[in-house]
Amino acid sequence: MNENVAALLPETALVAAAVCGLLAGSWLPRRRQWAVAVLAAAACVTGLVATSVTMATGGEQTVFSRTFAVDTATDAGRLTVLAALLLIVTLSAESVRGHKRESEFYVLLLLTGAGTLVLVGANDLLTLFAGYLLASLPGYVLAAFAKDAPGTEAALKYYLFGALLGTTMLAGVALLYGAGGATLYRHLRIGLPTAGYGLVAVGLVAVLAGLLFKAGAVPAHFWVPDVTEGATAPVAAYVTTLPKIGGLIAGFRLLHQALPLSDVNWPLLLAVLAAVSMTWGNLAAFFQASVKRLLAYSTISQVGYLLMALAVATRTDLAQRALLFYLAAYALTNIGAFAVVTALPRARSLADYRGLARHRPGLAAVLLVCLLGLVGTPPTGVFLGKLEVFSAAVDGGYSWLAAVAVANTVASLFYYLRWLAPVVRPGESHRAAVLGPLTTGTAYTAGTASLLLGLAGGAVLPLATGPLLG
Amino acid sequence: MLTVVTFLPLLACAVLALAPRAVPDRACVWAWIGTAAADLALVVALWAGFDTRGGMQYEQRVRWMPSAGVGYHVGVDGLSLPLVAMVCVLFLATAVYALRETRRVRTFVCLFLFLQTVSIGLFVALDLILFFVFFDLSIVGMYFVITGWGHGERARAAALKFFLYTFTGSLALLLGFIGLYLAADPHTFDLVELTRRNPLAGQGLYAGLVLLAIGAGLAVKTPTVPVHTWLPPAHTDAPAAGSAILAGVLLKMGTYGFVRIAMPLLPGSWRHYALVFVVVGVVSVVYGALVALAQTDFKRMVAYTSVNHMGYVVLAVGAAGTLAGSDVQARSLAVTGAVVQMVSHGLLTGALFLLTGVLYDRGRTYRMDAYSGLAAHTPRFAAATGVAAFAGLGLPGFSGFIAEFQIFTGSLASQATATAVALLGILITAALFLRALRTLFLGPPRLPAGIPAAGVVDLRPSEAVATVPLLALALLIGVVPRFLLDVVEPAGRAVTELVAR
Repeated sequence: MNENVAALLPETALVAAAVCGLLAGSWLPRRRQWAVAVLAAAACVTGLVATSVTMATGGEQTVFSRTFAVDTATDAGRLTVLAALLLIVTLSAESVRGHKRESEFYVLLLLTGAGTLVLVGANDLLTLFAGYLLASLPGYVLAAFAKDAPGTEAALKYYLFGALLGTTMLAGVALLYGAGGATLYRHLRIGLPTAGYGLVAVGLVAVLAGLLFKAGAVPAHFWVPDVTEGATAPVAAYVTTLPKIGGLIAGFRLLHQALPLSDVNWPLLLAVLAAVSMTWGNLAAFFQASVKRLLAYSTISQVGYLLMALAVATRTDLAQRALLFYLAAYALTNIGAFAVVTALPRARSLADYRGLARHRPGLAAVLLVCLLGLVGTPPTGVFLGKLEVFSAAVDGGYSWLAAVAVANTVASLFYYLRWLAPVVRPGESHRAAVLGPLTTGTAYTAGTASLLLGLAGGAVLPLATGPLLG
Repeated sequence: MLTVVTFLPLLACAVLALAPRAVPDRACVWAWIGTAAADLALVVALWAGFDTRGGMQYEQRVRWMPSAGVGYHVGVDGLSLPLVAMVCVLFLATAVYALRETRRVRTFVCLFLFLQTVSIGLFVALDLILFFVFFDLSIVGMYFVITGWGHGERARAAALKFFLYTFTGSLALLLGFIGLYLAADPHTFDLVELTRRNPLAGQGLYAGLVLLAIGAGLAVKTPTVPVHTWLPPAHTDAPAAGSAILAGVLLKMGTYGFVRIAMPLLPGSWRHYALVFVVVGVVSVVYGALVALAQTDFKRMVAYTSVNHMGYVVLAVGAAGTLAGSDVQARSLAVTGAVVQMVSHGLLTGALFLLTGVLYDRGRTYRMDAYSGLAAHTPRFAAATGVAAFAGLGLPGFSGFIAEFQIFTGSLASQATATAVALLGILITAALFLRALRTLFLGPPRLPAGIPAAGVVDLRPSEAVATVPLLALALLIGVVPRFLLDVVEPAGRAVTELVAR
């Protein structure tokens, strides 16, 4: 049995940093608590380096009785999660500096990051559920971090949804265990096809319910707009990015590894959910006046595009690459957009962005790149992701889904342009107060990275190609 | 070399964007003029070294995203080189015209430099994704031109409509490209490779759907009836320079897509559905002309004549796909005519829209009935507009005649009825241009209310330098067309052979 702890270095680094941060935070004077932020960033960098080493040296393996896989999907997921986490840490640094619970903020962020990493690599139903809990619980607290009324309400909603769907998921785990006689995916792959259809179907739907909650997809999306609006901007950036990466890669792995031979028609289920998610998100985003709510609904529609890759998980070889690349591009682009929102704390509605291009051309450029990127305008990363996802859907026999996605992409253009139009319009903005250089720097970094990912797609795409380990 | 031609404007754009704020506006425009002139000089050099029988030339190929089947592959042949040259000429003319721009000049110049890179890039792209990248970015660039420098609140609505329509088209195009990509084995987006392999040969319905997606995408951009409705507001509310580029360059992206992508890559379905394109073309010709005739707004009228002129091109490419009753020569004549029409329309409509900008500058309105007897105040302006209008209606001696003559001769053999109906278009266009000239320039002198007669200045030097060379070039093509036809004809023949295989 492989018990190589070194293979789990990124997860270990985050947890260790969380523990150290918590201890250090209890002793550090308030003005020096920024040290915990540095510690968190260092943990992310350590994880990134460790992942790179794994990828460079071909360290793919399964560990701990095959319950956790370190393979292409894990590597790509780790890079995305850790890079996103790093950006969120730098993004938060200025807005939580001097806060009463500054160090706790980073500790919670690290813990939820570690949970997300567990989700990404989970190769077993119980590991999956453990990851779900570890990723969710700190998230509820983060949502209420500001301790104001909207934040508290958001956290309550988030928690109730998470608890309900988490329990459902646990029930699903039990059902699948009962049906397949195991919790390991490689055993379920053999056990599930012979089990009762109804049992497997109900169990799968229940497990997917939890993962869809993480991803913020319809019908488990109701918390997304409220939490995004109620929480602080950096937390909103986290809540719309990291859980999605974890939930979607975990879902892909589950479907691809445990259910490829099952006669449950899950591809159709996911295709329908994908179509409904993108449509619902877009329709709801149309006339939002608040930028955070608009972004929240936009993320719901983005999950719809991502779910397309899950629907064709076993039907085409393009699906995995498409999902992993799209996730990376989406994470950078979405964080870029939220970074601009964070950098302009007083601009809450679309109208407040009037004249931004004149007063803050740099931030306006980032917003332009990120919003057009979310639409899927070339040559940004999301464009390439969309291209891959659409190709995968057509190749997997879901051309109608690709057509729905195209129609939705056009529709989404409308509300992104509603935001961009005031940005480029001349005018005086009285809400152009900007946070410090670290926040704007994060915005520039994320914007540039999302553009570069599209231009350098040739170098990145091969990293997302490789077998999943069972 | 082609890469330099393509990205030189973008480089200039980057330099200008990063230049200190102290740089005066005039210097920005002069930098643009310098860049556009340098680019044109490079294209002239390319043309001089172009071997008319050499097929695809100046090719450059760089691995970009091999795992996704995407590469950076550019090159020019007889179809694209004249269009690249036309793009450079038109941008230079627009740059000179922009010397009179006063609003946020630096951003304006940067946007147009960006658009120039995008436009040239599209015509030299030999990879479907590269083509798509430029296709989409042209929409983004033009959106900001219309919304930022158009005529007030209406311009923003027009820009949104333009963006939504053409973006829908571009995504349909993308779906079609994906269909082609997946059909090829190994998967690739490379145009030359796909042309050679003809991956969709004999795949009835699938190939038909791919053609539907690509055809619909290009038709929106062209635009043809019934997806032309974005065009009149976009043109009317855009600034003059934007309209000139929109009509002169961006519309050609659609028709160029037909001859570069739809015909060679989907020959079987193209032949099968050629009649659809013929019908769409003829309807655009007649409908565009009739609606233009009903306009009271000069700029809107010119916009609708674009629908009419692009209709000829669609008719020609449709006829080139009809094998029955035609020979190779007729079909290649039709394709050649289509390309010449693109070049000719680019020059003439570009000039007309710039002149329309002059009209608005003087009278602050496009309404034709607000003016009368302008020729008395502004003889040079009247002369230039008159020449442009006559050239636009296809008078012999101008490029439009050469193009339309070839289109009709090439289409007549296989599509006699359609061609006969399309001839009506010429008649109506002649009527509407003559009526417009009479209303604007003849009769007792009258100006819009509130504009003193002394305040009306004739064509300024910069405006003349921007428009007259375009008309001179149209005249040159009309009188000695060989230099252009020598380049286009072999490529036209090549496309015809590809369609017939």
